[in-house]
Amino acid sequence: MTAIRRYLPSWLSSYAALYILFLYLPVIFLPIFSINTAATPKFPLSGVTLHWYEDLPRTPALIDATWNSLAVGVSAAILSTVFGILAARSITRYRYPGRRTVNGLIMAPLVLPEVIVAISMLLVMLQLGLSLSLFTVVLGHVLVCIPYSMTVLTSGFEGFDRSLEEASADLGESAFGTFRRVTLPMVAPAIISSLLVCFTISLDEFIIAFFLTGTEATLPIYIWGQLRFAAKLPGVLALGTLLLVASFVLMTVAEILRRRAARRTQNQGGLYA
Amino acid sequence: MTAAAEGSPPLRMAGGRRNALLQSEAVQGVALISPTFLYALILLVLPILVVIAHSFWTQDYLTIDHTFTLENYRIALTEPIYRDLLWRSLYISLTVSLLTVLLAYPIAYFISFHGGRHKSLWLFLITIPFWTSYLLRVMSWKVILGYNGVLNSGLMGLGIIDEPSTALLYNSSAVIITLTHAWATFAVLPIFVSLEKVDRTLVEAATDLGDGPLRSFLRVTLPLSAPGVISAALIVMIPTVGDYVTPKLVGGKDGVMIANAIQAQFGKASNWPLGAALSVTTMIIVSLMAGAAVLVIRALQRLAR
Repeated sequence: MTAIRRYLPSWLSSYAALYILFLYLPVIFLPIFSINTAATPKFPLSGVTLHWYEDLPRTPALIDATWNSLAVGVSAAILSTVFGILAARSITRYRYPGRRTVNGLIMAPLVLPEVIVAISMLLVMLQLGLSLSLFTVVLGHVLVCIPYSMTVLTSGFEGFDRSLEEASADLGESAFGTFRRVTLPMVAPAIISSLLVCFTISLDEFIIAFFLTGTEATLPIYIWGQLRFAAKLPGVLALGTLLLVASFVLMTVAEILRRRAARRTQNQGGLYA
Repeated sequence: MTAAAEGSPPLRMAGGRRNALLQSEAVQGVALISPTFLYALILLVLPILVVIAHSFWTQDYLTIDHTFTLENYRIALTEPIYRDLLWRSLYISLTVSLLTVLLAYPIAYFISFHGGRHKSLWLFLITIPFWTSYLLRVMSWKVILGYNGVLNSGLMGLGIIDEPSTALLYNSSAVIITLTHAWATFAVLPIFVSLEKVDRTLVEAATDLGDGPLRSFLRVTLPLSAPGVISAALIVMIPTVGDYVTPKLVGGKDGVMIANAIQAQFGKASNWPLGAALSVTTMIIVSLMAGAAVLVIRALQRLAR
């Protein structure tokens, strides 16, 4: 028994290391094969080249897809964060009947099969006579981004010291003034974090964009189209690598900001004491 | 609130004032959340209702016939092709959720009980791959499992096999492996959260009362973390049933799942009502399966105690 107790943690830590390896290994093959000279992804590498990266900016379809993705991502991030701020503020600050049900409904896209969400939106949009475009993609992305935005924002808004707002109100500041001068500065990191998270999700999202777009492609749709051609694989891997790096950087910044927001709201007393 | 209002007269006045205050609080809260709520209502609830409605209609070339019929459900449930696809999707998602939970539990336990100061760093390490594109993660498995892929060339290099194996890619095992990898993070987080809530003094008490580490784990920690296991299982099971990308990219003929059939009805086959009926059937069956999974885990939890 003491043997188990002694060896368990080391067992567990080797398992943890293996698990991390399992999570990262597949993803790491993308950058590795993106600098391979041969088009087929197999070991040993036949040679190292940046050729596939150099080709990327010379592909007009890819440039278009990049601009489309950026436009969709920025719009979706802003809209879902605005919706997220309203809802997260309401959930963390006020108590009213039906709060949990409403919250559950808003978070539902997180656990529904994406295909079904996408198809049902497609049906309604076609019935409403909306022509499919990047705008309809934004509408869909906002729906799936709101739950993530809510998660980030509620963790930033929770533990927020209400007495600060009350003090501001008592000192004669209007409700809007209090929000702008007291609440907003405290939760700004959480809001930026939410923007980054939503942008990343929209940038990487495929299914909803696939169903709801008209003729314009976003980056994942462009990649999907290229996957049919074996010879185009290295270019796709190079593009994928760039997307991976972008997501990684954005999410790291978002996480740092989210933590800063959580620290700011929770340790407020400590800072000034 | 009502209890306060039923008190003595002065109390009732105070209660009434508080009620008015609460009401204005409630009104503000509802007003704040209503834009988001309406958005979800219009773009999620309404569309799902429209899908349900369509599933009772029929389509004649391009026009929808609005007479009520259960014919689509008969086809969805009895046509061998759809029945097989449904069963396979359920089997795959059940296997994937079982695997992800089994693989995730030890790591969640490790982070919660032995993570020490580095807890949040560990969690961050685990979540990062999840934030990379789903499409790209599936694609990387294609690179690994393919005919000319990493695994085949590696195994040949080691002299274990003589020629590339075709058994790795384009079947339901490839789908299961890929999905297990893709949803790993989703299983770790809820289990971790519920393990964090386990009162450490209870584990100590069990140890003090003579339970060995294994016994105290099985009788205290594991049952207390059951809610996390339940949410992990559900959060993986429900979306994976309807996965479209993975079966399409690594599934081949033997790995096709119900989402691919649904998409076909809205695309090439152009039979919206049948596609709608397939969607509704999938949602109902996965809800039943999720309910059953919850019951089984709860029963196991009671047994363990």
